[in-house]
Parts: sequence; C-alpha cells; structure tokens
Amino acid sequence: MSANELWRLSAAALARRVAAGTDVAAAVESGWEGPGAAWEADVHAVVHADRAARRAGAEAAKPGPLKGVPVLVKDNLCTTDYPTTCASRILAGWRSPYDATVITRLREAGAVIAGKGNMDEFAMGSSTEYSCYGPTRNPYDLERVPGGSSGGPAAAVAYGLCTLGLGSDTGGSVRQPAAFCGVFGLKPTYGRLSRYGLVAFGSSLDQVGIFARHAGDVAATYQALAGPDPFDATTRLTRAPDVSRWDAGVRGLTFGWPANLWQEGCDPEVVEGLERAAEWLERAGARRAALEFLPGEYAVATYYLVATAEASSNLARFDGVRYGFRHPDSADVLALYTRTRSAGFGPEVQRRILLGTYALSAGYYDAYYLTAQRARTRIRREYDEAFAHCDLMLMPVAPTLPFRIGEKTEDPLAMYLSDIFTIGANLAGIPGLSVPLEPARNGLPRAVQLLGAPDSEPALLRAGRALEVRGDVARLPRENEVEFAWPTKR
Amino acid sequence: MDRDEVRRIATLARLKIPDERVPRMAAELSAVLEFVATLNRLDLRGLEPMTFAPANPPLREDELDGRRLGAEIALAGAPERDAAFFLVPPIVENVNP
Amino acid sequence: MAYEAVIGLECHLQLRTATKMFCGCPAEFGAEPNANVCPVCLGLPGALPRVNRAAIDAALRLGLALGCDVRPTSVFARKNYFYPDMPKNYQISQYDLPLCEQGAVPVTVEGTERRFELTRIHVEEDTGKSFHPERYGDRRVSRVDFNRAGVPLLELVTRPVFHEPKECGAFLFQLRRLSRWLGISDADMEKGHLRCDANVSLRPRGAAAFGTKTEIKNLNSIKGVEKGIAAEIERQRGMLERGERIEQATLLYDADHDRLQVMRSKEHAHDYRYFPEPDLPALVVDDAWIAEARARLPELPWDRERRMIAAYGLPAYDVGVLTEQRELADYFEAAADREPKLASNWIMTEVLRALKERGISLTQWAERVPAARLAAFLDKLMARELPGPLAKQVFAWMAAEDGDVAALLERHGVRVEGSAEELRPLVQAVLQEHPGPVQQYLAGKTATLGFLVGQVMKKSGGQAVPQVVQELLREALEQQAGSRP
Repeated sequence: MSANELWRLSAAALARRVAAGTDVAAAVESGWEGPGAAWEADVHAVVHADRAARRAGAEAAKPGPLKGVPVLVKDNLCTTDYPTTCASRILAGWRSPYDATVITRLREAGAVIAGKGNMDEFAMGSSTEYSCYGPTRNPYDLERVPGGSSGGPAAAVAYGLCTLGLGSDTGGSVRQPAAFCGVFGLKPTYGRLSRYGLVAFGSSLDQVGIFARHAGDVAATYQALAGPDPFDATTRLTRAPDVSRWDAGVRGLTFGWPANLWQEGCDPEVVEGLERAAEWLERAGARRAALEFLPGEYAVATYYLVATAEASSNLARFDGVRYGFRHPDSADVLALYTRTRSAGFGPEVQRRILLGTYALSAGYYDAYYLTAQRARTRIRREYDEAFAHCDLMLMPVAPTLPFRIGEKTEDPLAMYLSDIFTIGANLAGIPGLSVPLEPARNGLPRAVQLLGAPDSEPALLRAGRALEVRGDVARLPRENEVEFAWPTKR
Repeated sequence: MDRDEVRRIATLARLKIPDERVPRMAAELSAVLEFVATLNRLDLRGLEPMTFAPANPPLREDELDGRRLGAEIALAGAPERDAAFFLVPPIVENVNP
Repeated sequence: MAYEAVIGLECHLQLRTATKMFCGCPAEFGAEPNANVCPVCLGLPGALPRVNRAAIDAALRLGLALGCDVRPTSVFARKNYFYPDMPKNYQISQYDLPLCEQGAVPVTVEGTERRFELTRIHVEEDTGKSFHPERYGDRRVSRVDFNRAGVPLLELVTRPVFHEPKECGAFLFQLRRLSRWLGISDADMEKGHLRCDANVSLRPRGAAAFGTKTEIKNLNSIKGVEKGIAAEIERQRGMLERGERIEQATLLYDADHDRLQVMRSKEHAHDYRYFPEPDLPALVVDDAWIAEARARLPELPWDRERRMIAAYGLPAYDVGVLTEQRELADYFEAAADREPKLASNWIMTEVLRALKERGISLTQWAERVPAARLAAFLDKLMARELPGPLAKQVFAWMAAEDGDVAALLERHGVRVEGSAEELRPLVQAVLQEHPGPVQQYLAGKTATLGFLVGQVMKKSGGQAVPQVVQELLREALEQQAGSRP
C-alpha cells in the first residue's frame, strides 16, 4: 500500500507498519493529504490544525502500541500544542498550559494528536450545529448533521482524516455521533477514563469517549487510556478491565431486548437495524432475553436537571478575568461578567445555564435538583436489575437516522428528546458502545447501542466485534480485518 | 417561568438576555420545566439522591507536586495584566455577596 | 428598657499546611504574585480538585480538642457566587454534612470558667486576594493575586452564646492559643490567619426571642473585634431606644476611626445554590484515623494550665502567660523542677523580653539557653550566689555565650567567693566583734548596715558579693532581734 493509502488502515495495522519502519510523519499526514483534501472543506470536522504541530508530534512519537496513529481530539480536551476553545467565543484562542491526562496517555502510547475537532459549544448539543465555528456536516450526506456534541472527531474518523477520535459523552455525545457517522463510539464506565483536562460540562456524567472504525481499535485505545488517575478523584481505583480478548466472541452471553422502548417514536429503519443486529448476535451464540425497561423520558428529564445544574456551576469560571474573551470597556466587574458571558456564550449554552441555575436556586433545589438525583438512583437501579438477568442490553442509539441541518435547532425540547436512548447510561455511570451496521436503504449510517454493567467493556467490545463480522464466528479472530464502509462523495 | 423569573435567574448567572429575547427564553425554559415535571410520576419514595462520586481514593499527601505554573505562564492567558497581577475593572462592593 | 446583646461568631482559620487544600501548590506566603498557582487553583478549564490529607487531619484534631462530634462521612459542597478573587466562581466548602458538629471552646473570662458552644467546624478553600480599585494610567482597576486561592481554611461557627465583647475577645485568644498549640495555624489575626465576622442582635433583657441580627465584617484584630461589636451594640441600642427598626445589614468596621459603615444593600439575598461537589467523593474519616488523631493530641492548654497550677503552686496569671505557647510551657516545666516560682518570674520577664528584643523564637532561644542551663542559673540565684544586678548581667552573658555560670564569671573576671554558707561564719564573727553598731542598727539606725557590710567584706578579702553579705547580715540581725528577750 502506498503512503497515501495509509489513512485507510486500522490503528492496529498502522501501528504495525510504523513499528516495521513506515515513517510516522507519513502515517499522520496521509489522512490530511488524501481524504482531507477531498472532504474537509465540505465536512468541516476540524477547528484547529497546524501542520508544524503535527510534524512535531510525529517527530516526538513515542514507542508504544499506537505509535504513529493520528487522533483528532474534541476541542474540549486540553492540549498544549493546539488551542482549546470548546467551540465557544468565550475561549477564543485559549492555549492550555497543560495536557489532559488522556492526551498524555495517548502520547505515551505513541499516538499523534493531529488536531482539534468541532463540537457543540461546551458539549451542549446533539448535532454539532451549536459551534461558534459553524456546523460540521455528515460525510454520508452533507445536508445532514454528523450528530453531536462530538461531531467533529466522529466525522473525521468516518471520512478518513484520522484513524482515531476522542470525544466526550455526557448524554450520548460520543455514541450518537458515532451512530450518525457509521463508526464505533465507546462511552466508558464512569471513572474509567480520567476527566482531568476535559472541560467540565456535567461532572458526574462526563466521560471521555473513543471513536474508531474497527472494534479492535476501540479496545487498543481503551487499553492505553483507561485506569486510575491521581489527578481525578472520581476515577475508579482498580485496574481497568482487560479488553485484550475483544475478539473472543459472544457465545454464552445474554443480551437484554427491551422492545417496549422502541414500539413508538422510532424510525422503522432503526428498528430494522436492531432486529438485524439481534439476529447476528444470536447467530454468534448469544442468547436474547426479552425484558421491559423504564422509558427514556424519565432519564431525559432527570438529565436536563442534573447536567444543567452541574454545568451552570462548571461554566461560572468563564468570566473574562483570567483567560479567554473579555468584553472591553466594562465600567466595573459586574458589567465585565455580564457582558463577557452574554456575548461569549451561544444561546443553547445560555439556555442550559439558566435552567441549571434555576434548578439549584433557593426554593427550587428540592423540587428539581434533589428530585432528579433521586430519580437517578431509581434509573441506576433499573439498570442494575436488568443486568442481573443479562450481560448486555441491545437498544437503539437514537430514534432516527441522521436528521437534516437546521431540522431541530428551533425546538430545544425536540433536540433533547433525541438523546432518549443514550442519556440513561450517563446517569447510571455504565458503559455504552455504539456499533455501526450496514447503512439504511437511503445510504445513511445506521447503528445499534450495547450497554452493560460497570466495567463490562470487555463484553461490549466482544459483542461489537461479533456485530462487525455479522455474527460469523469464523471471522471473529482479529487477523480478519473488516473493510470499513467509507462515505462516497455525492 | 415568567419573564421576571428569567431576569432574576439571569442575574444570578451573570447573563443579560436582551429584552426582545426574554419572552422566547421564558417560553423555551417553561416547556423544558413542564417536561421535567414528568419526574413526579415516578415512585421515588425511599430513594436517596445519587450525589456522591463513587470512588473513595486515598487522600493526597501534603507534598508539593511540581505542577506550579509560575506567574508568566499563569498570566499568559490573562485578558489584562499588570506585571504579575491580573487586572479587572473596579470591584464595587455590592458585587460581593 | 434594658437590652441584652446576643452575639455569634463565624471564624476562619487558615491552616499552615505545606500545600493547598485541593492541589499541590505551595501554601506559603510572601511569594511573588501569582507564582504559586496551577490549573486547579487558578480555575483553568478541565482542572479537578484533590483533597489534602493533612488539612483534614488538622481539622480533625481541632474538632477532637474541642469535643466535637466527628462525622465519619462528610460531604464537600459548592458554594456558588461570582467574585474576581474566586478562580472558579464557586468555593468548595461543606454545607449540610460538615466534618465536625457541636463542641465548645472552654475560656476563662475574668476569672470565671465558661464554655462557648460551637455549631460546626468544616473545611473549605480560601479565595485569592483582590485589591481595592487603584489608578492605572487614566483608568481605575483592581488587581488580583491568586497565590492564596485554595489555601485550606477551617470555618468555625459558634452558637449565639456571647453577650459581651470581652467574651468574644477571650474566645479568640483561646482559639488562637489552641491553634498554635496544635501546630495547625499561626492564627495571627493581623496577618489574616484568623478572621472573624460577628453577628450581633439586641433583645430586651430576659426575652427569649432573638432580635434582628446584623453582620459585622472587617474585624482585623482581637481588639478590633471587641470594639467593633461594642460599636454595633451601641448603634443598635440607640436605634431601639429611638423606636427605630433594626434592618438586617452587613456593616464594615473601620478600626482607624472606630466606626461602622453600612455596606450598600444588596438587591438579592445570598443564593449560593449549594449542591454536593460532584468532583469529589464523600470524605471518609474512619475510626482508626480518629483514634490515632486523638492519641496525637498534646495535653490541651486548659488542661495543662490546671495541672501546672496544681503541680507548681503558681498563680493563674503566671500559668496563663506560660501556656501562651506550648513550647514555652515545655521550657518552663523543664527548667522549673526545683524553683517553679523563680523560673516563672524569670521566664515571664527576662526570657520573654529577650525574645522580643532579639526578635527570635523560643526555639532559637532554647538552642542557646536550654532549660537545664536556665535551671542551673536559677539554682545559683536561689543559693544567693548571684544577687540582683549581677544575676541580670550573667543572664545576658548566658544568652550570648556558652559556658555555665562559673565559667561565665571567670571569663568576665568577676569573682564571687563563697556561698552563703561560707559567709555566714564571717557574718557571725563581725556581729560579735561589733556589738555597738549592731545595737544601733537594732535601735533603728539602719545606715549602720553599710559599716557592717564593709567589715564582712574586709574579712572575706573583698571577694564577697556585697548584696549577698547585706542579705545575710539582715537575716542574722533579724534573728538577733527576734531572740532578744
């Protein structure tokens, strides 16, 4: 394969090439030269790119299992070699003096940070339309959204700019864009990937997530990143679960089938995809267990109180005093705050800050925030109960296929309800994997979601791999590389 | 949520919603609040709020960790500075709760 | 109408740990502005807090010393408000589940033993420092320094149990002493290690209900606390007597002019929107830690006072001074074996004066004059071998040089021959040899003492210390007077 095809390789294959002598800079630039030139102007996945920084990153690449692999990192992860702006005016041009722990670990593993990816401002959104840089478009249909809030990294991995992507998932912001872009997207168990250096949105919900085109690449990245971090007191203390046997298959595993959740309100293509996936898992030796599960509306309601409450506090630090944008000529500090924040935050962010402030304010705390936290306990128990009877649960990622740009931006509530299948996992702290299937009839990406109990990433990845090979056990072993369904320019 | 409430909350959050946008914001927020009222349909009796982070790590020892930035780097992002200080417009007492 | 003041105090104690509450930055003072900051204490995006074990241990020891109930699981909470010295615009504190509750501070107020009850002690982080607006070119600006942001603070809240300013002053003295005693804080109000706000209300004497309370801030010394509270009591009394209503307000005390300034009234009541800190797990303090912290407590200052009064027969005043610092009490007890009152006097006056004049600490002093050396010096004093002025001189030499008393005297060419025992026969001999002057002295002509002293000096070859001789002569003469028929 010539150098300009290196971008097609899986992370595992690319790392093997580099270990065998392929030039790291070539490995990193391949995606920028080939697909980047063809797609990026239309897709707009990237918000900060710097060839010199890529070059420096390639030169400094350490020997590790991901040596030479280029990664696009969501713009809410602190990097010292690129700006970090969370796609917000209020952080315009900000350079972090420190790397997020996951960035440090990526570098330790030899990966190269190839740039920063577009996102909904401060991770608040489900379509990457709320970015101060303008939207990212879905490579499979440029009139449609790539999902959000981590739309940039998802799209970049989908069209081949980079081999891996890092995003963040607070209510589905890795899983949903993964589904909309036809790539794998993992939200780990809460506390398994460090949040130190991830700009906080909903502290008790946020997790850094992984985008890749292949199940094995998700596993390799997880392995490099997961584990306790003394700089994040919410990380789990034990060693991360071992995902090295991600191709061991699903024989003997049971997956829950909560069909009541998609009886209404789901696109038939999505439901058909689910049934296809269930058949594949059964073909591979897993057993389906029908069950009834709590409808997702409660999770959405709970989320929009808890997440916004935490966000309203987390975003208070953006005030024009120590970094970022400052509104000029303010007469006093009060004016500074109000003018800076009002001009610096977009409308969706302001909406959520108001909601969160309200939920916490005197007289409303019990009715809103506390009630939501009780509901959260209930939701977690529902998952605990379900996982007492099955190893995994299979359900949709989103109720629809990728929607059109502008379709939901006028109706915030409609946008929030599109998270109905993903939000629960964040509330319960459990891991979730978005697994791409064959595209829908209209060529749009289609995916399913697997959920499991805390630390069930090994089982999730085994099931993801089983779906990757369409349930054909003979093709499970990792040597059998599955061709990725690349978007085609239309 | 009515318009006065929106303004009150906005002040707490140090935001100014332009007058012409307040009604719309009030309507959007009200819609969300109505929706979250569905939580009242859930049986939450006897449930403790899920508020503690799950881990229980050993506490940090009282030792320097070498992550000090130093004044130059700390001030590098400052919108306004004077030598080693951050500068802000005058602090008027009624700002301080 | 007689009114009674009801006062509650809210104190903040800055802990003397090596690092800050939630990060590993130095918690020291005097550094260049903004030198001691990191992503965490500067509130950079993405930074997360990590709890300082030593700060919790200090809080624990203070709580145990004051008899508080320690909560095995306490919770950090965010207190949300905007201010330029707040790096995150929320402070990590504790709200409805604090580390310590109840407890009391024992204080002796004008001879009476009292106990001032607490509601709670909790841990939190300090803010940075912002400075009043100043000229900057053609504008006015405020400067901000975040070195102090994140330094560990203990917040200690009392019940409204004080009725007089001097009780508050005594309370603060005790709190300061205890903090230093435990080694957790220097608790110097002038340096801001100990800060105090007061809540003051008045009610008719004998009434049960509380009046409206006001909050007094900017009390920057113990004296300032007493005077500020007194000023507010007077202000409220005046208003009540004129039939005016007391409005809830915050007032700043201006020590320079001894007056109160009402702060501009706020449009909104405080809405701090407290909620549990999601970035930190609950704080677990197990039985083992509590037991071990309790075992590490030194003898507490008030217990030590009581024991020292009983053991050494010293007056309460002396013991109060000697127990101002634990190290001083230790020093005293090591030197006081044989001569407690003498030791007490010398330490309270000469030693403390020497510390002040030389600007040194007790530890530095004790390197030069260990307790044993002081004790030996005091022995000589007791044996009358070093009368007044010479004693002071020898003390000064001891502070500057090595060597025991004898060596010092030799080095400086001062010869003090003989002890009191050796001189007594000489004294007796002189009295026998000069009955006339003896009679004159006993008849009231005290001036003849000088003559008798001279005679003893001659007998001793001029080597005796005149003051010692004088004392021995007086003693002997008293005896003679007493035994006359």
